[in-house]
Amino acid sequence: MTVVDAGHPPASAAPPTAGRVLDRPSSVLRQAIRMRRTQIGLLVAGTMVAIALFGPYAAPYGARQYVGSPNLRKAPKTRFGTDYFGQDVWSRFLHGGRSILILAVCATVLGVGLGTLFGLTAAYARGRTDELLMRALDILLAFPQVLLSLVVIAMFSPSGFVVVLTVGFTTVPRVARIMRGAAIGVVERDFIGAAEAIGESRRRVLFSEILPNVSATLLVEANLRLTYAVGLIASLSFLGFTPELNSANWGLMIQENGSALTVQPWGVFLPTFAIAALTVGNGLISDGLSRVVAGIDRGKANV
Amino acid sequence: MNRTPILRFVAKRILFGLLTLVVISVLIFGVTQALPSDPAAVMLGRDATPEAVAALRHDFGMDRSLPSQYTHWLGGVVTGDLGTSFSTRLPLSEYITPRVGNSLFLLACAGLVSIPISLAIGSYAALKRDKGFDNASSLALLVLAAMPEFVVGTLLVILLATFVFNVLPATTYLSPDQPPWSDMLGLVLPILTLVCSVTPYVARVMRASMVEVLESDYVEMARLKGMPERTVLLRHALPNSVGPVFQVIALNLAYLAGGVIIVERLFNFPGIGSALGEAVRSRDLPVVQFLALVIAAVYVLTNLLADVGTVLVTPRLRTRL
Repeated sequence: MTVVDAGHPPASAAPPTAGRVLDRPSSVLRQAIRMRRTQIGLLVAGTMVAIALFGPYAAPYGARQYVGSPNLRKAPKTRFGTDYFGQDVWSRFLHGGRSILILAVCATVLGVGLGTLFGLTAAYARGRTDELLMRALDILLAFPQVLLSLVVIAMFSPSGFVVVLTVGFTTVPRVARIMRGAAIGVVERDFIGAAEAIGESRRRVLFSEILPNVSATLLVEANLRLTYAVGLIASLSFLGFTPELNSANWGLMIQENGSALTVQPWGVFLPTFAIAALTVGNGLISDGLSRVVAGIDRGKANV
Repeated sequence: MNRTPILRFVAKRILFGLLTLVVISVLIFGVTQALPSDPAAVMLGRDATPEAVAALRHDFGMDRSLPSQYTHWLGGVVTGDLGTSFSTRLPLSEYITPRVGNSLFLLACAGLVSIPISLAIGSYAALKRDKGFDNASSLALLVLAAMPEFVVGTLLVILLATFVFNVLPATTYLSPDQPPWSDMLGLVLPILTLVCSVTPYVARVMRASMVEVLESDYVEMARLKGMPERTVLLRHALPNSVGPVFQVIALNLAYLAGGVIIVERLFNFPGIGSALGEAVRSRDLPVVQFLALVIAAVYVLTNLLADVGTVLVTPRLRTRL
């Protein structure tokens, strides 16, 4: 079964990193930052990250503090009224990004790290190991990430640890596929043979010869996966699977206040726009980066 | 043309697909058996006597050996005896099968709408490369691709069902045993949400594929021969560019099966998504196992169709079989 990961250039395309000096991560960043879309993305995503991280310090009330009757559009001493439970919408909004962001970053580090390890190992080992490893990962691809996460959560509890592990592990096969594609062209090149000839260990070849040459792809992939991890963790919260009951969490807020949308829209508006801004901002950064790495036009990745 | 190699290829693919499904079923069964708490004890609650728990475990066959439970389960799925839901105590064929039908209907509608749209957007963007339409569509697709489904759906509700235009119902009003097409208007937003979240991926790959084909020698040749542009595009460029896109369409249909879980919850659609959420909450193992298998089967099937489709539209691959 041949699988191409959604939205990526086909895996068969030549690795964009092959021997181009401009593809060092620092220079990729420098070029990407000159693009308008990357700048906008940084601004939007940066604002949301700042709100998520520092919001709780600026919140006038506690995340679970009862401040008035439920679902009031305007309530005294509140900026955006009260939510379905009589809690301050603005405070819950300020509290609601941190857990999503932290869990998403942890899951991305785990998933992209392991995925890169598997992908590079498969590309370097070739032959039977490659085949076996990628086929095994293919089977995991048969489950949409949401489904696999739900099944695992069904068995344990939706603690932060379990969410990070499931989101991380379901990311692994997707990252492995891309990183293998990028590394396949690198392992063929002469300097790999040269490194082997002077007796470098396989692990050293993997980490200090191959890895630096696919680091630009890794950068793009990590950023893209972070966007998806935020989306997935927010979706799980939306379905009600959050580490704590009634925790202030943007995904859960949308779910909780959805039925009162027409009465008190702020409880839905604020978290919806927050998740949209965070993911779209991050998506713009990813796009800027991938345009630098793959060449401006993805259709011409082979040139 | 000799047709047997294609048949042999299809047979091989089907066999491989079945093998994948068997591996997947073992995986699902194994994973769900790793449950730390005893579902029988959970069902009966805190005050259950050990005898009652043992009796219930016997009723559900949980006291047998794992391989015997597995073969019993798989045999049941194959013969249509899907077992009994732990929480509702209804046979799955009664409780879940209509919901599977509903969700497949939703999935099929979303696929039927999004595939032509994304192929059209992708091709047109490739034709107008780096011009206004290309840039605008690439940005719009990027925005849609980044947001999770429930945010897209909520924005659509804000836009079309409440504040900006109040033209569509924000939820579907269906009971699980009603056919989904009895509330067509209520289906618009769920389908639209799925279409919005899947179109970007297919359209992007279509654009990339089309850009490549438009630069190929045979398209240049066709143009140099003086063929009308219309013929060049429809007869030469289009058929050659959809090949690589099949795989991505298949993968995204499978991805939609995940999106369905979220979208159904958002719009109160009585399908597998809402059932799965409920089953996960109440640790209703037979339901979780069966739904996971159904969704994996959708993936295997769409992939199978895509592989065969790719070969059929790509003459180069056809002769190499």
